[in-house]
Amino acid sequence: MIVAERKGFEEIAASLSGFRKVLVVGCGTCVAVCLTGGEKEAGLLAAQLDMAAQLAGRDQVFEVACVERQCDREFLDELAARAPEFDALLSLACGAGIQFLAERYDEIPVLAGVDTTFIGVNDNVGVWEERCRSCQSCLLSTTGGICPVALCPKGMLNGPCGGTADGQCETDPERACAWTLIYERLSRTGRLENLARLVPLRDNARASLPGRRTHPAYQRRYSAHA
Amino acid sequence: MNQRYDPKVLALICTYCTYTAADMAGSMRLQYPSNVRVIKLLCTGKVDVLYLLEAFRSGADAVMVSGCEIGDCHFLEGNLRAKERVAHARTLLAEVGLEPDRLEMFHIGASDAPKWAQTVDMMTRRALELGPNPLRLRAGAEQTKELEVRT
Repeated sequence: MIVAERKGFEEIAASLSGFRKVLVVGCGTCVAVCLTGGEKEAGLLAAQLDMAAQLAGRDQVFEVACVERQCDREFLDELAARAPEFDALLSLACGAGIQFLAERYDEIPVLAGVDTTFIGVNDNVGVWEERCRSCQSCLLSTTGGICPVALCPKGMLNGPCGGTADGQCETDPERACAWTLIYERLSRTGRLENLARLVPLRDNARASLPGRRTHPAYQRRYSAHA
Repeated sequence: MNQRYDPKVLALICTYCTYTAADMAGSMRLQYPSNVRVIKLLCTGKVDVLYLLEAFRSGADAVMVSGCEIGDCHFLEGNLRAKERVAHARTLLAEVGLEPDRLEMFHIGASDAPKWAQTVDMMTRRALELGPNPLRLRAGAEQTKELEVRT
């Protein structure tokens, strides 16, 4: 899932100065699971903003809405009746959701309440860890299900660098060396021969443009001759 | 019109331990300030950060959350969750510029009636020292334009 963290309160409050009526829009999917931008967090932030405005004597009104996913048009449509009443929308979705909300309601200023941080896993209650850089060329089949692009600070693709020591990374003694983990996993599963295969250079051209993908079943629908 | 500052102290307490202690304090005829307003919960694990912020938005001058002693929660860890949430709510209060000391978590066992009375007394005195919650002032501005603060 996509993991995000709330921006600093002062930064959010400063971005809203000059807007009297603000709708705090939560997103019920990834950012709700990582306790950053779901319905509850939108309610908390709106309560905080309301308190801060009152304490500072500012005449501002904050209301709360939450849609299932801000990265889906059908859910953004739910706000169509409400959104025009507001001077600004404060989105707590990931960067994709914020942009889609701004595109859908492009006559209303849309502001970001969170910083999108990474694609990761729920490592423990309240703890998330990055596991994927969405590099568009997945190596996990050969690397024992451990991603060197995301987990190795240098992104080494063909074995560890010279800085690995006792299974730890030279950049941080608390961090395990991704390539040591890969070696151990491949060894346990009898696939050490994978290490002898050279991973070709990454095609960075693919990552230099915004990705766009059409499911094969829909390609005919969106082709020029449909 | 002068109006005396009579702090409103909200207590969110669990039915098993702190409420029993409060009940016993009554039976023991212990004296403590009548400023406290009690909301009984099945467990302090029910306390949500939103409730805490809402209490201050509604004009509470101080809020105390009180559950079982550590290790004694009837639901095993409800009081531990409440403790974490209260700590988080205190950081949120600090962010908006309201004194975090207006909010505090306590653990009062069922047999500890004196501790209940002392804690209510302490939170009431703290609310007096901190003065009225400015949000309450705004909410009831017309009634409280000239407050006489009793310390």
